[in-house]
Amino acid sequence: MPLDIVIAQFRPSKGDLDATLDGCAGIIRRAAGAEPRPRLVVFPETALTGYFLEGGVREQAIAAPELFEALTERAGVDADGLDVAIGFYERDAAGLYNSALYATLGSGGGILHVHRKVFLATYGVFQEERFVEAGAGIRAFDGPPGRIALLICEDGFHSVSGTLAALDGASIILILSASPARGAAPGAGVPGNLVRWDALGSAMAAEHGVFVIVSQLVGFEGGKGFAGGSAAYDPRGRRLLAGPLWEEALLPVRMDLDEAARARTEEPLFSDLERSWTRLLVNSPGSGILRPAPDGA
Amino acid sequence: MTGVWPPPGIAEACAPHPADPGPLDIDTHLVGSWLVRFLREEIERRRGFRRVVVGLSGGVDSALTAALCARALGPEAVLALLLPYRTSSPRSREHALLVAKTFEIPTRTIDITSAVDGYLDEFEPGAGGHRRGNVAARQRMIVLFDQAFKLSALPVGTGNKSERLLGYYTWHADDSPPVNPLGDLFKSQVWALARAVGVPAEVVDKPATADLIQGQTDEDDLGVTYPEADLILHHLISGREPDDLAEAGFGRRKVELVAGRLESTHWKRHLPTVAMLSPTAIGEWYLRPVDY
Repeated sequence: MPLDIVIAQFRPSKGDLDATLDGCAGIIRRAAGAEPRPRLVVFPETALTGYFLEGGVREQAIAAPELFEALTERAGVDADGLDVAIGFYERDAAGLYNSALYATLGSGGGILHVHRKVFLATYGVFQEERFVEAGAGIRAFDGPPGRIALLICEDGFHSVSGTLAALDGASIILILSASPARGAAPGAGVPGNLVRWDALGSAMAAEHGVFVIVSQLVGFEGGKGFAGGSAAYDPRGRRLLAGPLWEEALLPVRMDLDEAARARTEEPLFSDLERSWTRLLVNSPGSGILRPAPDGA
Repeated sequence: MTGVWPPPGIAEACAPHPADPGPLDIDTHLVGSWLVRFLREEIERRRGFRRVVVGLSGGVDSALTAALCARALGPEAVLALLLPYRTSSPRSREHALLVAKTFEIPTRTIDITSAVDGYLDEFEPGAGGHRRGNVAARQRMIVLFDQAFKLSALPVGTGNKSERLLGYYTWHADDSPPVNPLGDLFKSQVWALARAVGVPAEVVDKPATADLIQGQTDEDDLGVTYPEADLILHHLISGREPDDLAEAGFGRRKVELVAGRLESTHWKRHLPTVAMLSPTAIGEWYLRPVDY
């Protein structure tokens, strides 16, 4: 069964929520008018504001329902029924988060899931733990295209994230990323961080027999460049497309959802994992939940 | 199964070695396009400027900066300012003009001698070469910023990572322009990129000099060549210990010299120290990014 989606490799108008929402809505309308009409538009991490806000997070964060309403209103009726995944700084009663919203737009739609970034990057150029709270967990949810999980940037660097998403039934993993470009060694023709993302996306897809979509931010923020280079991988780990460097782009991806079952049948790594996971956790000291050894053992 | 793991040579290949400049190799095509994007976005999109001014010294750093600006914004949007002092080498001027001609960048020459000597001759006639050099460097920034204001342009800086890490520049002079494309490139990487973008060989291949004192070269001043210093700096700021580098053959004297300069100039890479009195101290508690 084919599924058409669009990766929106996007540059926000930093700190200008109103202009950025208009930009997002324009992209959503363009996607809604495309032929064939995609089911889903995937924006990057912090697409609504830009990534490096420091203390400005508290001024730019909005609540998920407010974001849903704004996108629905600005995208207009032509976008009714279209799904959107978008990264934003989220405000709720408990605090501020680096989050990803998944929603079906329109009066008949609604918010299907909000994922809060679990692994907050706080090293080198990153300071997330200083400004936002960590999410509690990773879970999949049922969306119109199938069972989906959302991850945000460093979430995807931890192989356990893909594992948890797949074990919860996800056949599509959307990774929303804002990855500052670094590393310019000869060879790949792209910044070093994108070489790593390519390896990560391919490995996660092939290990679990899932589609992995990586939507990357574009633009410079205080000298740090988000280079784009979004990508999509099929359940065998093959890259379906690579977005351009430095440019905004709407990148259509056609996925054959039946491919997941074929890949998992031919290389049953996922069923091996399902079968072994619980036993592995309770018998592996590294899990932290090691079952106490029986007396006399 | 017989044999040794890792095979001989593999472990050594991971260790720093003075004859291995590999860690500093760059994809010049990628870096060139990266910096052009950086200039367009930071100058036009973020700050709303259409024009820039660059102090063109005749050296490779300012030549490369001007070339990148011309590629990013168009040569007509760049004004190269030649700012000689009476002791500046005539070759510097020739090379600056050659660079401007190569990249079709308009120039203007403003001799800073009377401004510099107006202060020094009347109030500090005994000032030595280094003080005169510092005054000249700061005077150049006065001109650069004033010309930028007059033209509604943005001054673009030219300092490279080597001189920033070694503290080999005049504080609040060379480092003061608000946008700098080369500040994360070591000098040897600047040379590589300059060759790739077509900076004339006379400019790339000559000994680097700040041209603040007659006959001065950077490498004589520093006591170590840039390729040596760059590699040592790279390994030091990547977490290697000076002793490890000395034992790996980098030369203890050179390692200590470079490490000493690095460790004694952290202050120079920061804004002035402000007394913190409140929980809203700017840059300590009240944190907003430069482009916010």
